[in-house]
Amino acid sequence: MRHKYDEKKIRRVIGEKVQFVQGDASAVYGALLAGCSFFAGYPITPASETAELMSKLLPKAGGVYIQMEDEIASMGAIIGASWAGAKTMTTTSGPGFSLMQENIGYACMTETPCVVIDVQRSGPSTGQPTEGSQGDMMQARWGTHGDHEIIALSPNSVQETLDLTIEAFNLSEKYRTPVILLTDGEIGHLREKCVMPEKGEFEIIDRKGPTVGRDKYVPFQADESLVPSMARFGDGYHVYVTGLTHVEKGYPSTSSAEDHDRLVRRLVDKIEKNRKSITMVEKDYQKGSKIAILAYGASARPSAAAVRKLRRKRKKVDFLRLITIWPFPNEEVRELADRVDRIYVPEMNLGQLVHPIREAAEGRAKIIQVPRIGGPLHTPKEIMDAMRKKA
Amino acid sequence: MMRKEIRIAGFGGQGIVLSGFILGQAALLDGNNAVQSQSYGPEARGGAAKSEVIISDEKIDYPRVTEADVFIAMSQEAYDKLQGDLKERSLILIDKDLVDASSKAIKGIPFTSTADKLGKKIVANVVMLGALTAMTGIVSKDSILKAIKTNVPKKAIEINMKAFEKGYKLGGG
Amino acid sequence: MFNKARKIKEKYIQDEMWPSIFCVGCGVGNVLNYTLRAVDEKRIDIDKVVFVSGIGCSSRLPGYIDADGLHTTHGRAIAFATGVKAADPDLHVIIFTGDGDAAGIGGNHLIHAARRNIDMTVICINNFNYGMTGGQVSPTTPTGGFTTTSPYGNIEIPFDLCELAMGAGATYVARWTVGYPYETIQAVKRGLDNKGFSFIEIITPCPTGYGKRNEIGEGKEYWEWCKKNTILKSKYEALPAKERRKEKRIVMGEFRNRKREEFVEELWKLTKA
Repeated sequence: MRHKYDEKKIRRVIGEKVQFVQGDASAVYGALLAGCSFFAGYPITPASETAELMSKLLPKAGGVYIQMEDEIASMGAIIGASWAGAKTMTTTSGPGFSLMQENIGYACMTETPCVVIDVQRSGPSTGQPTEGSQGDMMQARWGTHGDHEIIALSPNSVQETLDLTIEAFNLSEKYRTPVILLTDGEIGHLREKCVMPEKGEFEIIDRKGPTVGRDKYVPFQADESLVPSMARFGDGYHVYVTGLTHVEKGYPSTSSAEDHDRLVRRLVDKIEKNRKSITMVEKDYQKGSKIAILAYGASARPSAAAVRKLRRKRKKVDFLRLITIWPFPNEEVRELADRVDRIYVPEMNLGQLVHPIREAAEGRAKIIQVPRIGGPLHTPKEIMDAMRKKA
Repeated sequence: MMRKEIRIAGFGGQGIVLSGFILGQAALLDGNNAVQSQSYGPEARGGAAKSEVIISDEKIDYPRVTEADVFIAMSQEAYDKLQGDLKERSLILIDKDLVDASSKAIKGIPFTSTADKLGKKIVANVVMLGALTAMTGIVSKDSILKAIKTNVPKKAIEINMKAFEKGYKLGGG
Repeated sequence: MFNKARKIKEKYIQDEMWPSIFCVGCGVGNVLNYTLRAVDEKRIDIDKVVFVSGIGCSSRLPGYIDADGLHTTHGRAIAFATGVKAADPDLHVIIFTGDGDAAGIGGNHLIHAARRNIDMTVICINNFNYGMTGGQVSPTTPTGGFTTTSPYGNIEIPFDLCELAMGAGATYVARWTVGYPYETIQAVKRGLDNKGFSFIEIITPCPTGYGKRNEIGEGKEYWEWCKKNTILKSKYEALPAKERRKEKRIVMGEFRNRKREEFVEELWKLTKA
């Protein structure tokens, strides 16, 4: 019994091509279109709607849904299912994301493709469950222990939640790594127009399988792409998967510095060296701008409104929106810093991405935080007021 | 159509969120863009509920209400608490049965008692949608009727259609 | 027995991983032997078996087997295994875990998997302490037992793992010590036969950890200690009620073997419908 991708069936399950839905729902549509066949999750506000819709649609699309006993188990289950050949996903919010961290590290170390959607809410701790936030940007990067790279994307609309969920699956399959979709309570609960992409309008990437026979297969040996081919449990390749530092054959190597260095550097390099092709940004620049707004995710919405209002007043302003968060789009930020004198960074936290932004800008422009925590989005006015104050 | 901001507020169980959803869906059917957001307390029933809809023929960047063009209050608490962020000429529409408001500028319509007379208090939100459609033309009647039909149980379509028409008349349509 | 062991080694053991990390007198290797014998006798296609484990001495076992293996995070073997089994129901899932891994950090997953009656065979190697980290107190350390973190004797009441598994809904439950190879092999075979959650606890010496601190000794002495501190279920049940209540020894035997709806089968019914 193995899942087969049946596009017709999936479209039937999704229903109408144009829908007025929440971001939590469009994530489900994106996952189904990408070929997700296994979902494990645990209820948490504001991500529960995704699990609810998955429980309804995934079995009809030929997959399986399980509500696990907690987020640790959910993360474990999607990793196990991935080795059994499924494209897998879980969704959660801050507190659950914290619980998943150890197993996210396991997925990095064992090169297990899987997608984690974090519908961020206000924290720390239980915080304000129904209020959106961008408080997990750094947790996504450094939440699990040890040296590693991670891929994280952040959508600013319901449509983009669908599009980036597909992209998240593709990146996870291509690079054999967990991919985090950092959405939030604002976008997750917002209803907007969502159009299901047609065949040919999006790509579906599947992990590479072994190209040699069982005797010659070396499970963690990579070619120049730095990504090894992945055998599926049950296919006779006898793969041993461990979170311990391991050699190419998969056996543990717990005290060799060389083995550890070779493995961890490759895990980092396979993402780091592809930074360019993983990076997605939206640029809207004007000739002669001296100021810019740099935003991402939900806070890019009031930011875009502020840009529009400023331009209506004939003020020149650049706008850069990060879609890929990790690996960090250093070059794009540096380019912006070269163009303008001041970059305003509205975030729904007390300052997270402002740090890598400052690092990337290397002092070429002044980076000014526009933080907001608790409650809904910044208003465009708040952002404009912050820009009026001479920093 | 320029950006229009509508705020609907009341208490949980009145179908506040659903009416915002229906309004947004109707706007899409009209070929416009729409966003809908909501907030409510932790209680599943009885707490304060708020639903915001923005309709525009352009891309909607900021998805929340800054200055409501229309404010609809379906409870006293909502009316008292959420009067801020209004334009000078905003339309304020209240459920006359539940909200006590003195100002003449405010338009009061008996949503709840109208619904009650039809036999179902819970269709008060659809009475409200009827009145809103007639008074503002913010969405077309065809589209909102279609949106209502797809979002209520089959056996409740008839009473909802009646509720809408009653509201539409009360709104001067 | 010796010939059979050699045959098992040739057929199933990953030579490159040898020798093992286990201490002299440890019983974990024996459990591996018994388990592979059961798999062999059941003629299960090894290509379709996935060995899953958590963290600890017991959990190193999948690495020694020439088969698919998933050595997961501490306590989470059952959660990972749930994903493996649910995504591909044709796979046989065998879990190696320990007392700390299964009942300490992973206790929640254990009871929920038992409740779901998911088709997997859990082999829990109970050595009464956290052996790999140096012999700390575990959820099964006997009251009064000395460990590196119960230097004044354990003040806690230990879990009866089989009672726990049964209370949560496991459909096959048995307990033996490594000193009972045939019975253990039989239990694993029955566990594999059971289409549901099978829990087999195997009491195992840990001379370096628990043995040293409780003056149990090594090798033969430890195996004798295991025998002395256990009583067969048939003998226990034959005792008069008054003596049964006073009985301090751990009861051994097959405690449950029954049928109940299995989770993954029910799950896939939704998918096929």
